[in-house]
Amino acid sequence: MSTTVLPGQHVPAQHVNLKLGPGLLQNTGNSRGDASTSASIIATRAGTLNHSANGSKWWIENNSRRYVPAAQESVVGVIIQKAGEGFRVDIGSAQPASLDGLAFEGATKRNKPNLKIGNLVYARVSLAHKDMEPELECFDAQTRKAEGFGELKGGFLVRCSLAMCRQLLDAKHFLLPLLGARFPLEVAVGVNGRVWVNAKDVRETIGVMRCIEAVDPDGGGMDEAGVVDFLKTLGL
Amino acid sequence: MRPPSPSIPEKEFLFAALKQSLRLDGRSPLESRPPILSFGPELGWVECALGKTRVIAHVEAKMVKPPPERPFEGIITIHSEISPMASSEYEIGRPSEEEITITRMLDKVLKRSDAVDKESLCVLAGQRVWHIRLTLHCLADAGNMLDCACLAGIVALKHFRRPDVEVIGDEVTVHPASERAPIPLSMHHTPFCFTFAFFLGETAPILDPSQLEQRLSAGLMSVALNAQRELCVVQKLGGVPLSMDEVLQIVNVAVLKAKELDQLVDARLKEDWVGRNVELI
Repeated sequence: MSTTVLPGQHVPAQHVNLKLGPGLLQNTGNSRGDASTSASIIATRAGTLNHSANGSKWWIENNSRRYVPAAQESVVGVIIQKAGEGFRVDIGSAQPASLDGLAFEGATKRNKPNLKIGNLVYARVSLAHKDMEPELECFDAQTRKAEGFGELKGGFLVRCSLAMCRQLLDAKHFLLPLLGARFPLEVAVGVNGRVWVNAKDVRETIGVMRCIEAVDPDGGGMDEAGVVDFLKTLGL
Repeated sequence: MRPPSPSIPEKEFLFAALKQSLRLDGRSPLESRPPILSFGPELGWVECALGKTRVIAHVEAKMVKPPPERPFEGIITIHSEISPMASSEYEIGRPSEEEITITRMLDKVLKRSDAVDKESLCVLAGQRVWHIRLTLHCLADAGNMLDCACLAGIVALKHFRRPDVEVIGDEVTVHPASERAPIPLSMHHTPFCFTFAFFLGETAPILDPSQLEQRLSAGLMSVALNAQRELCVVQKLGGVPLSMDEVLQIVNVAVLKAKELDQLVDARLKEDWVGRNVELI
């Protein structure tokens, strides 16, 4: 069902209400003006081609370590600089992203969040353009509520491959429910290859971190039974 | 652009974990990652991995005319290539302080400790000597690249065999490996390097620091010694004051580790040599 595509390859995506996900590009520059878009959709990265059941959504899945920002994705970043009204945040992309000081819940001109260099934030990419610096926001622009975004206090930052991050976001993935059934934990998954974890005890946090690293397809790809055994050796 | 220093939560968590003698990768404070040595098809090609830190070492030999001031000694040169491939911390053309430290330490451990008998590399005094060139490629830096590079280098020198030569009068004949069995380099001893990281406060020193531990440490101390308890190099960086007892304790730990590592290296070299189909006459 899934096929492998290489950059530059044409993708036979066709639908009246076509939505293209990461890794696909619609060529508008050299289109011949007709409505059919089938010939002008090309892949921009190598990976497996996936589409939704009715064929309206297409995307490419692959694994990498370098994050390329895309709008509406949640990321975990480190504040590296204060710049005027806002902050510059390292999210692992080629350029640091900018985060406006007013893009927080309840922030006003007078009452801005007090973040220091080195603090971690969980944010959403609000603007990602290939020729511009990515922009982040720590609230929902419509409701102006935090929705879980904002500063991450305590805990630890785990770095993993991008495929692992997406797997952790999948509700059907076994790891987080398995760990959550054993001890309470907090997790903020960024799709930029960074996962913030926090548990009550240092040993538990280390356990979560080592499990994520063990399950990562880049570093072993342990399965569910393996993780259960692994947790036993950790004494958790 | 140099990468930003570790974030505040990472720093605080690491210190909190170390206070309880817990390390992030589940090791005990004085436990090093097990080194994995793999040998290439050629003699003198070794890849050494300490966790995710990986270094390739490669030895070549060629015959040159010795410099007039040292006509009886062979020449050993070390080329260490630390490229941005290892970590985004390293840049081409602008060696960082850490890079210079690694290069100088490699020179001290592998060359100035007299591990290789230079006089045995002399073929014809003043005319012909062997020039041994050791190249180290750092592939990935996940902390403690110095120990990994030293180990790769010393194992490569032990693994390497040079072609046999015959001298009749002034005539030098080099026998290719197909004619005569190549000869291993004559080694005086095998020094190993061990790096310890120190933290401020009531935290015990740790062996073989990971990248995060290395960057957050208050000081590093590298000890190079061989399994015969002969200390070659002691290098201490960073401003943590250490008492004499602490230094001696570290050296004692390193001695035990060096003995273990020496056995492991010998076993792996033997294993590789048995598996290798070299015709012996």
